[in-house]
Amino acid sequence: MPAFYNMNCQEKNKELEGELYEMKKTVMMLMVLALTVVLAACGQNNNSGGASPSPESSAPESSAPASESPAAELSGSLLATGSSALLPLVEQASKKFMDIHKGVSIQVQAGGSGTGLTQVSEGQSDIGNSDVFAEEKLDAAKAAELVDHQVAVVGMAAVVNPNVSVDSLTKQQLVDIFTGKVTNWKDLGGEDQKIQIINRPSSSGTRATFETYALGQKSEDLQGSIQEDSSGTVRKLVGETPGAIGYLALSYLDESIKVLKYDGVEATVENVANGTYPVWAYEHMYTKGEPSELAKAFLDFMLTDEIQNNDVVELGYIPANKMEIKRDVNGTITK
Amino acid sequence: MAQPLERQQAKPHLAEEWVGKVYTLLCIAFLILTIFSLVYFVASKGLSTFFVNGVNVIDLLTGLKWAPEGEPRLFGALPFIFGSFSTSLLAAAIAAPLGFCASVFMVEIAPKFGRQYLQPVIELLAGIPSVVYGFVGLSVIVPFFRDVFPGQGVGIAAGAVVLSIMILPTITTIATDALAALPKGLKEGSYALGATRWQTIYRIVLPTTLPALMTGIVLGIARAFGEALAVQMVIGNAPHIPRSLFESASTLTSAITLSMGNTAMGTVANNALWSLALILMLMTFVFVFIVRWLERRSKI
Repeated sequence: MPAFYNMNCQEKNKELEGELYEMKKTVMMLMVLALTVVLAACGQNNNSGGASPSPESSAPESSAPASESPAAELSGSLLATGSSALLPLVEQASKKFMDIHKGVSIQVQAGGSGTGLTQVSEGQSDIGNSDVFAEEKLDAAKAAELVDHQVAVVGMAAVVNPNVSVDSLTKQQLVDIFTGKVTNWKDLGGEDQKIQIINRPSSSGTRATFETYALGQKSEDLQGSIQEDSSGTVRKLVGETPGAIGYLALSYLDESIKVLKYDGVEATVENVANGTYPVWAYEHMYTKGEPSELAKAFLDFMLTDEIQNNDVVELGYIPANKMEIKRDVNGTITK
Repeated sequence: MAQPLERQQAKPHLAEEWVGKVYTLLCIAFLILTIFSLVYFVASKGLSTFFVNGVNVIDLLTGLKWAPEGEPRLFGALPFIFGSFSTSLLAAAIAAPLGFCASVFMVEIAPKFGRQYLQPVIELLAGIPSVVYGFVGLSVIVPFFRDVFPGQGVGIAAGAVVLSIMILPTITTIATDALAALPKGLKEGSYALGATRWQTIYRIVLPTTLPALMTGIVLGIARAFGEALAVQMVIGNAPHIPRSLFESASTLTSAITLSMGNTAMGTVANNALWSLALILMLMTFVFVFIVRWLERRSKI
């Protein structure tokens, strides 16, 4: 048998080689085809994610009636990336928006304010969510291309371990603590207890807000200070560590920690809204250039009473339309 | 009669051969492409700190102050490098004796019970997600250290304990395999000469399997070196070289995960983080080379 097989082998091989060659070609073709499809899909995603006119502009004839009955006409997809502090709100609002407009798909991704600003500036996403003004993260030329949409306000408060007896700190006292000049609570009217700072990383938007509006200067990364990025971890550590001080967004406050007054003013929504409590920041949703029709519809939706009075309040932010004062990137306040 | 039958069979088999060949070739090509583009990407980003932003390499490796968004900008990564090495070495120091003893028990002392029950339990440790380790560390180990030792609880000690549990399966599994693969004649010879079980383990088994045990330790250190999340949750993340094991410190990985999302791509603060990633990657290469070298030595 083996000899018989060998004899016919070459002959057979020749025949088969032809067929095999064909098959190899087919396989390669398939692979190339698959690759092309994948690449094309990626390309398309990028396009729709880009600042260039989004999908809905490809149907210009529908844009005229759209103003009369927008609910029926909107379609396409949006990608919003960035701030994890803003993520819950945008996600919840996008779900409501998609319930109304069935043809729309909105994706919301976290990743940090820096990532959100970079991606919207480079056209990888349609909306960049950020806790800070774009000018603070990007260089001036890139920041100038972005259009700011302030959808909510978030207040921040200094918090301490419940066993700390101090109730209120002045701006100067906070500066002294966060620059390491005062290291014991007894110097601030409390017990003889070492102060344990729970800070944020120097790149954090929350820290930038706290430094700018509560301290009025940069704080130091002191030896022995703890740094955490997640608000949940900060709250846990402040609640557990004796003599700890940190700062949290108002939505994270609970009984496990003690909230300090700032210069005697309580950190409440009312005090932020009327301008007596200064430690707060806007939550921004940036678009590159003027927003596309779909993005504009979504951003307008974010500012409707339905979202502002329900979801925004429910998730612990302060509605943007409730603010009696306005603040620009340089910190100038106008009524 | 036989010929058409053969032909019918040969065709599908040859086809299989080619499909398999092409498929594996594509897989390997894809892998190589991924690895090379990954290395290229990290290197190009990491090196741009030095070539585009003009940061001095020596300053980065030996500087003590890290303030990439401060005035002036400072890029001293030594505290992170120190933190990474001290936590992973300390973790290996804790885990290695535990792992060895466990594997000696499983192979030499109670092979049946050990391999049947103990090994699956230890291997289970490898499957637990690192965020769980981190959270347990933050909720149990950190408060414990805070109460027992002077200091804040967070720090290199807490990080090392969490990591040691994470790398225990790596060290134990490799040690167990090495011990089990030892030729029976060696042990039997030792027993035949009148050596006790402990003498055999100490004088014969451990010295002969040492290179393999070292391989396990180095792999464990490499794993500990690259672990980010669990360490970040318990180490405190102050960018300083700590004065004690119970004071807030930082590792390369925790510095990257803390700030990567907050910095904008292309800025110097972001590039500096890529430089840290480049250091991490180069260290991983070093670990791989050490393992290769040990493996060559361990051939009996």
